[in-house]
Amino acid sequence: MKRKLMPFALMVVLFLTVSSSIHAADKAPQKGESLPVINLPIPKSPAEKSYLGLTGVGSFKIPQIKAKAVIIEIFSMYCPYCQKDAPGVNELYTLIENDPDLKNKVKLIGIGAGNTPFEVGVYKKTYAVPFPLFPDQDFTIHKACGEVRTPYFIVVKTNEDGSHLVVHSQLGEYPGAKPFLELVLKSSGLK
Amino acid sequence: MKKRRFFHLIWVVGTLSVFGFIPMVHAISDAFKQNIYNVGTLKPVDSILKVKAGDRAPDFTLPSISEEKVSLNQYRGKKNVVLSFVPAAWTPVCSDQWPGYNIVKDIFDENNAILLGITVDNTPTLYAWTNQMGKLWFPVLSDFWPHGAVAQKYGVLRSNGVSERALFVIDKKGILRYINVNDINKRPSLEDLINALEKLNK
Repeated sequence: MKRKLMPFALMVVLFLTVSSSIHAADKAPQKGESLPVINLPIPKSPAEKSYLGLTGVGSFKIPQIKAKAVIIEIFSMYCPYCQKDAPGVNELYTLIENDPDLKNKVKLIGIGAGNTPFEVGVYKKTYAVPFPLFPDQDFTIHKACGEVRTPYFIVVKTNEDGSHLVVHSQLGEYPGAKPFLELVLKSSGLK
Repeated sequence: MKKRRFFHLIWVVGTLSVFGFIPMVHAISDAFKQNIYNVGTLKPVDSILKVKAGDRAPDFTLPSISEEKVSLNQYRGKKNVVLSFVPAAWTPVCSDQWPGYNIVKDIFDENNAILLGITVDNTPTLYAWTNQMGKLWFPVLSDFWPHGAVAQKYGVLRSNGVSERALFVIDKKGILRYINVNDINKRPSLEDLINALEKLNK
């Protein structure tokens, strides 16, 4: 009898494994949740490396960025709203960097959903994007983040013990640099 | 007993194969809101090319969304031309292709090239759809009537009446220099297109 049930048991286990991994990416990481595991390459540019507070080579995970809060923009060079919002998001970077109190606490990165390194380069050059952008050519990160439409903004609060929490998650509707910075500071408890 | 095990195996494999048909992923811009019609995964290519690199590009005249007619031969001796056929307005990959070309006008300019975007949709549909992309710097042409006649001339009209996702690079002499009939489900490589443009000037 036990032997007869084996294939059924095996199938149930496989079904649960496969379906749970699909459901995990049903939606974007929401407030109060953790980020999915996202591995990004440590930038080659010394300036970007130092901006993120990273050393060495290889890959890193977002909570390893030296900051109290990290703003992640999921964008695409092919997305009209991302293009339209690009100057405003650059302004957010400038606001943070020009504030001596916030400079080392809040960091900004972009992830180019389905974009090749070349395409991310085009976007970076076209809009003179001053913060680090990472290509997600095969949509791996995009899938892990629930295949969100773009632009999508996620704010992550990082703690000194290495833990982290999503404190804000938002599709489009970028309100401009100042209101968005307010929102970031409030949601991450920096204000 | 062996036979039963075999059937169990078939059943397990069969059930799991369902998960192989998870829809393709596309990064869709929020610019299109909920208005994108999901066509699912399609046969990658469904037509037979009628032209090849080195041929003279078949001439055509089509209405554009700005109401002017555009002919291929008006660029002869003046500009290199890129034809970008996309299957249909309001579909996933197409909606995320031309907005990218819209921010690389400088690369087209550097290579003395114009882009002509073409679909088999009628002009009002094309107008409404491309309006979501912001202001496009290149003409958008409608190959609606006689339906898909230009796509047919080039051999990129699919059996269901939409065109392939295809790129043709035509030099100033009107000769086809690069053809990419891409997998309809995927966005074509921007690098390859730009390399083809850069080769024209060498």
